[in-house]
Amino acid sequence: MLYGPAPASPAETAGSVPARAVAPVVIFLAFALVPLAAAVAAETYLLSLFTRVMIFAIAALALDLVVGYGALVSFGHAAFVGLGAYAVGILAAHGINEVLVSLPVALAVAAAFAFVTGIVCLRTKGVYFIMITLAFGQMAYFTASSLAPYGGDDGLTIRLRNTLLGLDVLRNERAFYYVAFTCLLGAYLLCRALVASRFGRVFRGARENPTRMEAIGFEVYRYQLAGYVISGALGGLSGFLLANATEFVSPAYMSWQRSGELIIMVIFGGLGTLYGAIIGTAAFLLVEEWLSGLTEHWKVIFGPLLVLVVVFARGGLIGVAERLTRRLRRD
Amino acid sequence: MSTALLLVQTLNGLQLGVLLFLIAAGLTLVFGVMDFINLAHGVQYMLGAYLAVTFYAMTDSFFLALTLALAAALVVGLVLEFVVFRHLYDRDHLDHVIATFGIIIFLNQGVKLVWGAAPLSLPIPDALAGSVVLMPGLLYPVWRLVIIGSGLVVALLLYCLVSYTRVGMLVRAGATNAPMVSALGVDIRRLFMIVFGFGAMLAAFAGVMIAPILSVEPGMGDTILILAFVVIVIGGIGSIRGAFVAALLIGLVDTLGRSFAVDILRLVMAPSPARTVGPAIASMLIYLLMAVVLYVRPTGLFPAKGR
Repeated sequence: MLYGPAPASPAETAGSVPARAVAPVVIFLAFALVPLAAAVAAETYLLSLFTRVMIFAIAALALDLVVGYGALVSFGHAAFVGLGAYAVGILAAHGINEVLVSLPVALAVAAAFAFVTGIVCLRTKGVYFIMITLAFGQMAYFTASSLAPYGGDDGLTIRLRNTLLGLDVLRNERAFYYVAFTCLLGAYLLCRALVASRFGRVFRGARENPTRMEAIGFEVYRYQLAGYVISGALGGLSGFLLANATEFVSPAYMSWQRSGELIIMVIFGGLGTLYGAIIGTAAFLLVEEWLSGLTEHWKVIFGPLLVLVVVFARGGLIGVAERLTRRLRRD
Repeated sequence: MSTALLLVQTLNGLQLGVLLFLIAAGLTLVFGVMDFINLAHGVQYMLGAYLAVTFYAMTDSFFLALTLALAAALVVGLVLEFVVFRHLYDRDHLDHVIATFGIIIFLNQGVKLVWGAAPLSLPIPDALAGSVVLMPGLLYPVWRLVIIGSGLVVALLLYCLVSYTRVGMLVRAGATNAPMVSALGVDIRRLFMIVFGFGAMLAAFAGVMIAPILSVEPGMGDTILILAFVVIVIGGIGSIRGAFVAALLIGLVDTLGRSFAVDILRLVMAPSPARTVGPAIASMLIYLLMAVVLYVRPTGLFPAKGR
């Protein structure tokens, strides 16, 4: 049973390689120009909306790394985001606001959780893996809800955003936007390099056929664990930014619905392409924003929309786009 | 930690376990036979409770409401199967997760739209409303005993159905190797529909039975769904016996853990940190149990498939 990108082979051979090279450049250019557009249109909410998009895109990217390239369907990825956010929140509650402290702590906590849970999770396969990651996610969620000294169910307000060497760089919304932008770009380039590296080839090989990879001498378990930990740490980065953006942390960041939404974001764009995760996140959050502006009961529309996407739009937005271009070329 | 309290909490744990079994049984069959992850199973439990509230308002009889709610839940289950799920059986698990997640979002909001966001309640039937004396000075509500009893009866029925009937045999065969059953000339799609409808009814039954104790509200199915997943993963996917054992185990561990964690911790640490740490540990307990079980036996306690 494979969870890899469904239309991988035809899409990669059908001359759409240039599209795959151009698309990320276009995406990041667009993100870079959003603050300008927001300034011209005098719509400041655009800035916060797209900051949110980029923050969640980092988490979706982390998820795509393990789901799309390792066939490890993690249904608990929101826990890493939440842990990163709680690291910032708890440190801030003790008066520590320095990025150089809170960022490494956020990454380390998320990575450590990924390491410990990964040891158990990666022993299981398929459905069991989905369910056990879900269970660990819930464990993190309930632990956070019972942290009475740090707000429990109600969450924790962060009074001040983190400062870098005492400088208040994250206070300015536009500066914060570009910090998030840099993080997303860095995460994307890191994932791309990882996937293309020797490590990435073994990781992808384990997706296709773990038995064969074992037979030619790779300890698949170790590679998968390493991939899972890296993904977890990236989730922590997303959480660090999220806590600073909202100036608030809450157990809801770790709820299983959040984990489900992250999976949807990845699938929405297209699995196993990395930039698909970014497109999917943007599409998900923008559709959500648009629908919730239309009616209070927007979820009644959103739910069936998801079902339709699954049934009809295989391969996500990228898959649909590739099928369209192929059809146009043939005509 | 008195004996009386221990007894009451054990009974409460059994009651939660039985409830979990009713939900997990359908889930594990759908999972085992069709290899289909149905996250929407929890909303079927919620729907059962809501339908019972409505039918009770119409008929003023709990038992009529129960019967009508079960019938309606069956119809809803079959409609969902017909409209959505059957197009997804040959897709991978990710597609199942997203499609059924979409159904959860839709039905949770739909319920709010139809019945409102405020919690509703269903009264206990008069004949079963009182309490019984378990020990001198210890009262226990009859309704909770009824839940335990009816759950055990359903479990027994299910056991006979699966072990001694033709449909049960096909279900067991399907859980072991569905393509082979299909190749031997059994209409596997019809079998899927039967299993699915039956699972939906069991979930709705659980929802109706618990409705008088809990409040009926949107999203009530979500928490219980996760617990049911923990149950079937510990029990082994596709195994009714595993689901039963694991459901009781989870019910007891969760309930007893929540009641006694603070007391037990106070034996080894100061009272005030114990009060902080206790609830956190109690809520982690079942997930730790699951982690340990899966670490030792990656396919659960009673795996049905011979993979």
